[in-house]
Amino acid sequence: MRMIVLNFLRLKHLGTAALFLLGLLLLVTPALAQDVPVTDDEVNAVAKDLFCPVCESTPLDVCPTQACADWRELIREKLSEGSTPQEVQAYFARQYGDGVLANPPKSGFNLILWLLPVVAVVLGGVFFTRFMRSLRASAAGVDEAIEEDVAETAVSTTSKQPLSPDDFKARLEEELRNR
Amino acid sequence: MSDIANVNMVEQPQKSRRSLLSIVVWIVVLGLLALLGWGLVQSTAPRPEIGEMAPEFNLEFFDGYDWDGKTAASLDDMKGQIVVMNFWASWCVECRVETDELEAAWQKYADQGVVFVGVAYADVEPNSIEYMEEFDVSFPHAPDLGTRISNAYEITGVPETFIIDQNGEIAHVQIGPISSSTLDSVIDRLLAKEG
Repeated sequence: MRMIVLNFLRLKHLGTAALFLLGLLLLVTPALAQDVPVTDDEVNAVAKDLFCPVCESTPLDVCPTQACADWRELIREKLSEGSTPQEVQAYFARQYGDGVLANPPKSGFNLILWLLPVVAVVLGGVFFTRFMRSLRASAAGVDEAIEEDVAETAVSTTSKQPLSPDDFKARLEEELRNR
Repeated sequence: MSDIANVNMVEQPQKSRRSLLSIVVWIVVLGLLALLGWGLVQSTAPRPEIGEMAPEFNLEFFDGYDWDGKTAASLDDMKGQIVVMNFWASWCVECRVETDELEAAWQKYADQGVVFVGVAYADVEPNSIEYMEEFDVSFPHAPDLGTRISNAYEITGVPETFIIDQNGEIAHVQIGPISSSTLDSVIDRLLAKEG
């Protein structure tokens, strides 16, 4: 009986200690998260995929204006608070619109921007293939016509009298007209 | 002869299927291009001119600021009043020139049916709050969430001020800092028109 009581007390102490440690951990964790130092490289890794509306077409990581410097500082703050780069980008898109994202989300109107290049490449491929086929077909037609001409000329030279210069010229002109 | 007929019968549906497919492809491509064109037209809409109806906007005011006891308001809510909407930013040097004059005009006209609203453009919230505290501005201010308002008004920078009359039409557009004399002359003219 005494052993049971002792074990119970020991367990109770262990439970208290565990609760105390858990509480300490919960207190310390946010403080630690706030103190995470963020390097310029980490800030710029997020900033390079953002554009501030003040200086369009200049990525945030290389933009020299005060507005962009403020935004980079905000990125640093968000990262030091424990936000992931994706969460930081989502915050900026929410706050300033999808236009600040270098890679706009694949939804709504933005989807067209993603789809058009793919459609253009596929259609380009189809038209190129068709064009090449038609070229090949016309080349084959020309070859056949030449072969026919050669055969005809061979027959005419073997079975008939040679053409006079005038007849030859007249026939040449006629054939050129027909082509 | 019957072989040729069979070949023709097989080729005919194949040809019509191919032409149907190309029609569908063209419809899809033209539809996409039309949508892209529409999007481009929307994104490059001209700046609203004087005499035109002011684009609708929704404001969610910064903590500690409100209009008529509301923490959020739209232009429609303000109909019947003169609205002075000022775009600014804490990083904007020229905005510092006009902030005191806007605050003074707000104090002067607040009880005459004139609403002043500040819209912080592309600004970082803590910096906006710091700026408002620095100048001790009391008229309602809100961030330009999603840069929707600045896009609708096609602003080219800050500061810019739009004065909207009681009917919701744009009465004055100021690019750059606005002076108290301009504010007074435009607001007095609109108040006189109403009276």
